[in-house]
Amino acid sequence: MFVTCIVDQFYPVVGESTVRVLRRLGVDVDFPSGQTCCGQPAFNSGFWADAKPVARRVLKMLRGDRYVVVPSGSCASMIRVFYPELFHDEPGPLAEARDLAPRVFELSEFIVDVLGVTDIAPYGDSAGAPESRKVTYHEACHLRRELGVTTQPRTLITSAPGVELVEAQQSDVCCGFGGSFSVRYPDISGAMLQDKIEQLSETGAERFVSCDSGCIMHIAGGMERQKVDMRPVHIAELLDEYLGQE
Amino acid sequence: MEAKTKNFNTAAAEALNDPNIQANLHGLYQGFHHARVDAAAATPGWEEMREKAREIKAHTIDNLDHYLEMASAEVTRAGGSVYFANTAEDASRYVVDLARSKGVEIAIKGKSMLSEEMGLNDRLAENGIEPVETDLGEYIIQLAGETPYHIIAPAIHKTRDEVAELFEEKLDAPRYHEIEDMAGEARRQLRQKFIDADMGITGVNFLVAETGTIVLVTNEGNGRMCTSMPRTHVAIMGMEKVIPSMDDLGIFLRLLIRSATGQRLSSYVTTVTGPRRHDDEDGPDELHLVVVDNGRSRLLADPELRESLNCLRCGACLNACPVYRKVGGHAYGWVYPGPIGAVISPMLTNLGDAKDLPHASSLCGACREVCPVKINIPRMLLYLRKELAQGETYPESRRASLVDRLLMKGWRLSIANPIMLRLANKAAALAQWPLARRRRLTWLPGPLGGWTRYRNLPAIASRPFSKRWRKMR
Repeated sequence: MFVTCIVDQFYPVVGESTVRVLRRLGVDVDFPSGQTCCGQPAFNSGFWADAKPVARRVLKMLRGDRYVVVPSGSCASMIRVFYPELFHDEPGPLAEARDLAPRVFELSEFIVDVLGVTDIAPYGDSAGAPESRKVTYHEACHLRRELGVTTQPRTLITSAPGVELVEAQQSDVCCGFGGSFSVRYPDISGAMLQDKIEQLSETGAERFVSCDSGCIMHIAGGMERQKVDMRPVHIAELLDEYLGQE
Repeated sequence: MEAKTKNFNTAAAEALNDPNIQANLHGLYQGFHHARVDAAAATPGWEEMREKAREIKAHTIDNLDHYLEMASAEVTRAGGSVYFANTAEDASRYVVDLARSKGVEIAIKGKSMLSEEMGLNDRLAENGIEPVETDLGEYIIQLAGETPYHIIAPAIHKTRDEVAELFEEKLDAPRYHEIEDMAGEARRQLRQKFIDADMGITGVNFLVAETGTIVLVTNEGNGRMCTSMPRTHVAIMGMEKVIPSMDDLGIFLRLLIRSATGQRLSSYVTTVTGPRRHDDEDGPDELHLVVVDNGRSRLLADPELRESLNCLRCGACLNACPVYRKVGGHAYGWVYPGPIGAVISPMLTNLGDAKDLPHASSLCGACREVCPVKINIPRMLLYLRKELAQGETYPESRRASLVDRLLMKGWRLSIANPIMLRLANKAAALAQWPLARRRRLTWLPGPLGGWTRYRNLPAIASRPFSKRWRKMR
């Protein structure tokens, strides 16, 4: 597992949920030590020279033949799609990046496409999970458009017993996070966030699910500020509520 | 046209604070974007068609000199004249000189974004020639003395009442309330201009190399009037608009029109091969084609950006872009707004002055998803950001601020290794202590204050996952 810096530093419970969910599905989970960040903040800001040493550490850390599961579409995209771009002119790391890329998966993608699990009901025991849970789903941009993952999270969400998925308007439109974009252009980002909060709220769901903690930090941070009565839940946490009960 | 790309933030704020503009921009998504989604879904083989079109475009752009020569020879053979202009000024000078030599008093114009690049209306007016825009949206913009807000919907930011007011003020028209009445007024005003004009100036959607045919896609019929009524027709085109053959045209028409408006076919598709022949009943005596570079060679020369020349100017990326739908068209400060504008406007003007354009994007990729020729716009924005930060290909454009560089160094240091990260975590935990209320931060200092303007931030975890893992292994 590559835990990502946001999960590590802000949402460690998402990391714990990811481990529990994977184990419940029969996966032998390892957490290579020395993880910090994938380097995306520097890469996206144009400071490729600063991103490279960070990416090299990740390449070294993830050598081998294990699958790499990431509880984030964005960080998984960084490693799988953008590392080869970053190292396009350095043959050594480029070869490593290309070797690594096909082993990297976002969590829901890994569960559905690699493990072949489309229904989590047989793997858990719903005794401890709350009943009748209405959720909506926010698509993370990199997950959808760089990794092409759209159906997998929905498949898993709807397979969780007692969970009802209510689709929001424009669920595939960006929430306005965009990393440093949200800090550099707060008013534009804030206006995008406002639309997103309204569209998610309109569903009447109790919680919104996302596969990326960046989106969650952004949307939930805005909802909290406005005292909107909706809570975030990372897909790992949602699955963990059902699967995690040992 | 003068570039105002430096004013991005001011212009964006104006749009954000204007409820009418916000409503109209929202309408673009409900209207054009949804129409495009439906049209794409209803077209069998849509994805294969996009890929095929991308391949044709890439091939044509890779062999641009060959196809331009072929097109030029064919236009000439059909009786037209071809002029290659290196710059916008050069192109304007050619058109103005031609108009003056023919004693033109009124030039009617079809919609053309290139004309905006050239500032052609101003150049004509300075030389005593009256330019008249005949596309309804462009006509409104011309009356208002503004620049287009959108590639295919130039007056999309204006409300019905604003247009009525404009017509009342500029045309002495009665106060209209219905769109049909305003369109009728414009039609009456323009009718006489069509009759009186000695020159028609249009853009070019496609130039078919093998036949020298100019193709125009319009919905109002004004383009066809411009190509057929005046004695002289001048077509101006960016040098990337050429396609190899008539066989290729079908796929591009299908993609362009569906992507632009969601229509299966626009009301008019006009093809022009040469001026009037001796046995034709009407048509212009002369046809001049002006092929303009104006910085496009820079895009062509850069393998990272060459793909941007594939653009068909359908405007789908604008409608899909959540940033364009907030900041509007004028924020981008030059002719081309939205995602594709954020790539080409800096390169056709001055990248160093346009640093906000590549940065004001959440890199969500919605533009790439809808592009009929699959241009990977986010990747090019990343490339331009790299150039702004590091200046490898364009050293003169490097614009990394001290704050940016310091933040980058700080970030590098804090994540250099797990020990440094632990220290940074401790430092952050200490620093947030006076700010955190119930594990939430509602105010942050300095450049980070942008975040807390609209959102809370969760407090940093005192026990990060890396620590918790020890109990889980």
